[in-house]
Amino acid sequence: MTLQAYLTLAAMLFCIGLFGVMTRRNTIGILLGIELMLNAVNINLVAFARFLGDVSGMVFTVFTICITVAEVALGLALVILIYRIRRTAVADHLDLLKG
Amino acid sequence: MSLEPIVFWALAVVLLASALAVVLTRNLFHSVLYLALALTATAGVFLSLDAEFLAAIQLLLYAGGVVTIVVFAIVVTERLVGDRITQTSRQLAAGFGIAGALLVAILAIFRRSPLTVPRPAVSGDLTRAIGQSVLTTYVLPFELLAVLFLAALVGALYFARPDD
Repeated sequence: MTLQAYLTLAAMLFCIGLFGVMTRRNTIGILLGIELMLNAVNINLVAFARFLGDVSGMVFTVFTICITVAEVALGLALVILIYRIRRTAVADHLDLLKG
Repeated sequence: MSLEPIVFWALAVVLLASALAVVLTRNLFHSVLYLALALTATAGVFLSLDAEFLAAIQLLLYAGGVVTIVVFAIVVTERLVGDRITQTSRQLAAGFGIAGALLVAILAIFRRSPLTVPRPAVSGDLTRAIGQSVLTTYVLPFELLAVLFLAALVGALYFARPDD
């Protein structure tokens, strides 16, 4: 397959993830959308690395995957902590800073 | 017709369908299961790009680790039975408009400047090349990654401490 095909696939996946981030009300649902967007970026990195014959893109993918795992773990820890205090996981209900 | 386009299109269909299911299904738990399917399909895409090592990492860390953590978070914050686990979406039209506009813009850029890079043959072992690159050129980011994980570990422990 051509590089263009992989990039198109990644662009579609990114937009689906973006749609999820913008429309979901539950914080966990928003995190799932962010996961999809990061996956699309990883596909882009690997496709460019493979087609340009440079392994740096794949090394970068290893880093992004590891950082994403740390981000998800901390994000969900925050969700659980907020849930303990406010008894809700819906982003719209977290309006403590609203005057 | 060779096998490669068939595999690619099958993977693309599974990936996009499960991704759509992640953002559209009402049951949050089903959403996570579809995410696991999407992440596994992404590992398949990595395999089709000759990146076996990344496919293995993807399965181990994402499909194994992340999905497990998310399931734990759902179990803690929602009741698994009953109607608490359903989630609603809002502003579907606006979200669809913005995401669709971005997609159209990206595809228009692709159309204006097509990338016709030929796919080079695999030169040597890519996993070996990744390993050598991580421990030579990128050794500093690699060590910083260890610091990041330590910070994440301590931070998660701090968040999860019992109330006193």
